[in-house]
Amino acid sequence: MSTTSTTSTTRRTKQLAATAVAAALGVTALAGCGSSDGSASGSGGTKGSGSKTVTLVSHDSFNASKDVLKAFTAETGYTVKVLKSGDAGAALNQEILTKGSPRGDVFFGVDNTLLSRALDNGLFTPYEAKGSDRVAADTQLDAAKHRVTPIDTGDICINYDKKYFADRKLAPPTTFDDLAKPTYRNLLVTENAATSSPGLGFLLGTVATYGENGYQDYWKKLKSNGVKVVDGWEQAYNEEFSGSAGGKKAKADRPLVVSYASSPPAEVLYAKPQPTEAPTGVATGTCFRQIEFAGLLNGAKNEAGGKALLDFLISKKFQEDMPLNMFVSPVTKDAKLPEIFTEFGATVDKPATVAPDTIAKNREQWVQSWSSLVVK
Amino acid sequence: MAVPVAFFAVFFAYPVVAIVGRGLKADGVWQFGRIGEVLRRPDILDVLWFTTWQALASTALTLLIALPGAYVFARFDFPGKQLLRAVVTVPFVLPTVVVGTAFLALLGRGGFLDELAGVRLDTTVWAILLAHVFFNYAVVVRTVGGLWSQLDPRQEEAARVLGAGRFAAWRRVTLPALAPAVAAAALMVFLFTFTSFGVVQILGGPAYSTLEVEIYRQTAQLLDLPTAAVLTMVQFAAVGAVLAVHAWTVRRRETALKLVDPAQTARRPRGAGQRALLGGVLLTVLVLILLPLGVLVERSLDVPGGHGFDYYRALRSADASGGTFLVAPLEAIWNSLQYALVATVIALVVGGLAAAALTRRAGRLVSGFDALLMLPLGVSAVTVGFGFLITLDKPPLDLRTTWILVPLAQALVGVPFVVRTMLPVLRAVDGRLREAAAVLGASPLRAWREVDLPLVRRALLVAAGFAFAVSLGEFGATVFIARPDNPTLPVAVARLLGRSGELNYGQAMALSTILMLVCAVSLLLLERIRPDRSGEF
Repeated sequence: MSTTSTTSTTRRTKQLAATAVAAALGVTALAGCGSSDGSASGSGGTKGSGSKTVTLVSHDSFNASKDVLKAFTAETGYTVKVLKSGDAGAALNQEILTKGSPRGDVFFGVDNTLLSRALDNGLFTPYEAKGSDRVAADTQLDAAKHRVTPIDTGDICINYDKKYFADRKLAPPTTFDDLAKPTYRNLLVTENAATSSPGLGFLLGTVATYGENGYQDYWKKLKSNGVKVVDGWEQAYNEEFSGSAGGKKAKADRPLVVSYASSPPAEVLYAKPQPTEAPTGVATGTCFRQIEFAGLLNGAKNEAGGKALLDFLISKKFQEDMPLNMFVSPVTKDAKLPEIFTEFGATVDKPATVAPDTIAKNREQWVQSWSSLVVK
Repeated sequence: MAVPVAFFAVFFAYPVVAIVGRGLKADGVWQFGRIGEVLRRPDILDVLWFTTWQALASTALTLLIALPGAYVFARFDFPGKQLLRAVVTVPFVLPTVVVGTAFLALLGRGGFLDELAGVRLDTTVWAILLAHVFFNYAVVVRTVGGLWSQLDPRQEEAARVLGAGRFAAWRRVTLPALAPAVAAAALMVFLFTFTSFGVVQILGGPAYSTLEVEIYRQTAQLLDLPTAAVLTMVQFAAVGAVLAVHAWTVRRRETALKLVDPAQTARRPRGAGQRALLGGVLLTVLVLILLPLGVLVERSLDVPGGHGFDYYRALRSADASGGTFLVAPLEAIWNSLQYALVATVIALVVGGLAAAALTRRAGRLVSGFDALLMLPLGVSAVTVGFGFLITLDKPPLDLRTTWILVPLAQALVGVPFVVRTMLPVLRAVDGRLREAAAVLGASPLRAWREVDLPLVRRALLVAAGFAFAVSLGEFGATVFIARPDNPTLPVAVARLLGRSGELNYGQAMALSTILMLVCAVSLLLLERIRPDRSGEF
């Protein structure tokens, strides 16, 4: 697919075309009400490379404070337009489908489990973001080529319902091994590794821990120990897990769930009144580390703006804003975590990881054998 | 006819063909061998088998449970009937992401059945089947009940006077008249359950997968476009076959029946038998439809330390840290209304013109077009959404990042409803009236305004209302294209459900309740303006 740079004329043509379509369908009158909320067609810019708008394409979980985005505009003169398109996997696949003629300038949200797919497809133009020397070395999986810049990390871990274990004077599990013990029979709910990113992370955690030959045996044990699999995080966490706010209302009966190390702070932050202790805890020996990257899209219309945005994503301001918006941890060493994170979150010392290339080679096969073992 | 054809060509056929082509073409050569390859895979065969039998079972169960309802709504008069008819239609237009949660509360642990009888049905196939009944109850009640209420009861009475038993009279007189409507309803339910996505994903757990779920997984998660393309074609063929049969039954149904004003046929239930029937239907509606919806309301009010409107109040502000939304979730309502309004206008223009064209012309080509208009209901949102991405990417049609894409996608789903509602009414307009007007010197526009418009005005309003409600609830396509600064209601609900924390969950329930109320109110308004001769929905 060829990479065409869009000139100012074609940009304007697009806007005209959008308006023409709207007019042809007889909706011009209503189009006015749609665009009055600042969402007019086109990306608002009038010049190709000199555009004042930079478009960030991401998944549904992307969030940033208004103030922080405003600060970016004040510093650089660029306004950020965010385009979210489905979950992490779907968002990336849409980028792959439109490569060479992307909808935006920067893509944020490819993680280490999908990184190879993005790189193999040549999605990104190399760019070393300013300040990448402050980024933790173990997150820089593409350090040689700088096609992507690490932005945040998050740990997928077993969360437990503190009250459940306290009531029964039972110690919560801490490791993968514990989960297969009879003490914890019928207590765990996890997500479908084929459709859910925490589900896949947990599966990869077991592969990292037990090896490519041992993980199947481990899952056989988990299965006979009564692990329950549901399709997505929302059901697992809000409907099945007894420790979450949703789960309590749903009278959920599973005190162990695959979620994130940052879920307990969220349970505190989004409770009214805020409790003095998180209702849930994290089994720190069961964690798989996700690293999320951003990159300058190949064929971006506003390369200069995209580069500025990448610089900004690893700036102290943005890095410190992330934790309470996306519930992930900063990758830069100078960023301070908010108090609610340090107080209620868990520090994971030795998270499990698998190299992106290995994941890329085996993901399908691991998920397939997992499916036939656990789901069918 | 040019506008609807162009609309479907550009915003439906072209994107779908392009994405299927992307999957089946390698180096410019069609790889039809892939079809056989994919269809021989045992996991795909499992999916096909499950998709088919669950759709058949769902359809049978829906007919079994909803036909008594259709009778009661058609023949009995009881207080609150209009309200109830609006309420049973609410599930049909609610996004499954909302309903799944509510339905789990009924069938899951600690749910109604669990507490009553210790029965839990979540992640069983029963949950899927019952949820399908919940969603499609209204299809049967409206399609069959609509016709039933207009059948002249005197025909059956005449048969009985002539000595036929109650059952024989029903079987000989009413059933043949109803059969095409029942068939049409069954086919619609089959179509909706065959392509079921959210219900199966949420209630079935990972063990059950329909074609639609598998297409989503292959496209959005695995980017295995060849497999997705084959599955899309299989679904296309199946849906096409269903629609062909459907078109045939519709034509048969339009054979002259002596129809009367529904107001004359409904009366207060008399006798123990009729009262028991009414009671049974009301109980079914209560347990199957009102209860799950009620659970949603209850959870939205269930705040720490009692009940209150805290979550609703929280919807007014974007949360302190910036949070899930750049704007207050409450603004999603306004966004949704705007999008739905634009989508309704598009659907009315396209669907109205299509219906008009279908009324005036006949022939094989036109009836094929009739079926084509229904196809968007049977094609997965992800196929259309991804198709948009790779086709609408060049000037003059680079709409991928514009807001108009949302109402366009919603209108695709709304058009079939407009056509189905308008068509019977338009066909009933006597062409001679128009000719008379022309003879008297009226221009075609004037003839349309003076003759057609007054006759179809109410049908137009009903069609608009349906398109509006369906657009409000549309989730699948919208989620790919909705912008973060202006999410629609269903997208906002999904985002809130996607985060931990009590406040997020409570707000999701509150927003769902609001969405439900908005849908219910628009449907209730429809009840008031229903035309005498009702369309299919």
